[in-house]
Amino acid sequence: MSIQNHFGNPIRGQCQSKDHSVLAAARPDFAAIAAWIPQGALVLDLGCGDGSLLRYLKDTRNIHGYGVEINDVNLETCILNGVNVIQGDLDSGLSGFENNAFDYVILSQTLQATRHTERLMQEMLRIGREGVVSFPNFGYWKNRMQVVRGIMPVSKELPYQWYDTPNVHLCTLHDFESLCSKHQINILDHRVMTGDKAISFLPNLLGSTAVYRFQRGL
Amino acid sequence: MSASNSIGIVSEQRMNFDTPLQFQSGAVLPRYELVYETYGTLNADKSNAILVCHALSGHHHVAGYYAEDEKNPKEKNIGWWDNMVGPGKPIDTNKFFVLGLNNLGGCNGSTGPSSINPATGQPFGASFPLVTVEDWVESQARLADRLGIKQFAAVLGGSLGGMQAMQWSLSFPERVRHVLAIATAPRLTTENIAFNDVARNAILTDPDFHGGNFYQHGVVPTRGLRLARMLGHITYLSDDAMAGKFGRGLRAGKYSYNYDIEFEIESYLRYQGDKFAAYFDANTYLLMTKALDYFDPASNFGGDLNQAFAAARANFLVVSFSTDWRFAPELSRTIVKSLLHNRRNVSYAEISSTHGHDSFLMQHEHYHKVMRAYLNNIASEFSA
Repeated sequence: MSIQNHFGNPIRGQCQSKDHSVLAAARPDFAAIAAWIPQGALVLDLGCGDGSLLRYLKDTRNIHGYGVEINDVNLETCILNGVNVIQGDLDSGLSGFENNAFDYVILSQTLQATRHTERLMQEMLRIGREGVVSFPNFGYWKNRMQVVRGIMPVSKELPYQWYDTPNVHLCTLHDFESLCSKHQINILDHRVMTGDKAISFLPNLLGSTAVYRFQRGL
Repeated sequence: MSASNSIGIVSEQRMNFDTPLQFQSGAVLPRYELVYETYGTLNADKSNAILVCHALSGHHHVAGYYAEDEKNPKEKNIGWWDNMVGPGKPIDTNKFFVLGLNNLGGCNGSTGPSSINPATGQPFGASFPLVTVEDWVESQARLADRLGIKQFAAVLGGSLGGMQAMQWSLSFPERVRHVLAIATAPRLTTENIAFNDVARNAILTDPDFHGGNFYQHGVVPTRGLRLARMLGHITYLSDDAMAGKFGRGLRAGKYSYNYDIEFEIESYLRYQGDKFAAYFDANTYLLMTKALDYFDPASNFGGDLNQAFAAARANFLVVSFSTDWRFAPELSRTIVKSLLHNRRNVSYAEISSTHGHDSFLMQHEHYHKVMRAYLNNIASEFSA
């Protein structure tokens, strides 16, 4: 399946497959996210792509989930996969969702492609008790190497040329943590990985993907 | 519209009801008849039935054509949703048993204002009760009872039909597993009621209307019906669709400085008006627009739609169209919001389409793919 989410980011596996090891391997952040989501949680996945994360969480965590997606083809695929999906544009606001309506609001591999990133982070915590974000770490050494060589990074996580990338708000782990601090967002937990390998040593240098769980600060 | 992959020859059926029906208005209809069509086969456990509810000018002839039209299956003879319902189509008659009926108060065979009132031997005319969406759903449930259908796999419809589909989930929560609410609204906007009232006034003030009892006078309020339809038609299209189709095109190529038909759009609207006035009943038109105006499930809960949908148990697909300004996407999003509040399973598709409100009747690849995907999942829930 060559379907991409509406930001054209690397896609979340073949989700008709019930083989979750395949799904988890295709998108290692899935397993990291799932580890945080308790059974039966109420989950909203922003920019849900073809719905495979929600399908994965439904099958492994029995969640009650909804996705938000703008792309027509992804929407069709979500419906085919039996995933609740609401067509909408994250950047035009989330006023269709009530305060504290969800246990978890997830933004998986989508943060970097949103225009109103700060507002969206705040919206996530208006709608949900906790937020979960995964994003490609721009500070990953392979990205840095390409910049040092004088070119924009292109990699498995960032598979675009500078002129066709949907990613307008790339960041490093440090950058993301600063944003959280600026908005009094409490980071509860995080995982950093490269491929499916967990990275704990020098994560901002050695990790290609980061996943954070956070809540409103008091 | 073409008859490709059509269900083929269909025939209408009739069912008589002798149990009096009490309308919301308080009026009682002692007996009535409903005309309907079915396509496909009801499976052994009767779990594959779909009810298609029609909109303002629709009827029971949803798909296929009649034997007498076989040699000449023109557009006018083909069911109004033939592109959606049939073998291999989104509402696949190889999988589903599809039921379409003409609503009570209609003019296509079910008891309505133009039917003979057995008590008087005259057409009901003005004495036919005003019908609400809730009344229709009640009558539809009685038809389902008689057909042995305890629970529909899905109830669906566009516009006024979507209102009936939603009402099913409120009146009979346990009798419908899925609701597909298309190009519809949880209640009409003020502007929408205003349009309906202008249309009604065109009919009510036609000298040939005779207070609704024009049958006895051997006339039809054609002028009023025409105007009502012309107005309605404008609102069902989008500005862009009309501009694209007709522009400022002139029939004679130049101005003729009189009030005859000059612009192509005038020609089109008058043609549509005439066509409609030739077959549609004025009293039915009035009654249908009132049913639209009255529908407001939130009104029983102090205007709170969230509370209204608390009763619903169905799963929902809500569909709107980008250029539909009469049943605008915002109205569909209101429905979705209330369903989310009640944690119903719901998906929402906002289809980019140029055809305004009429889009729901059109062949549109993405729209049909969304419908097909959702309905395929419904079909996978029951055994063939």
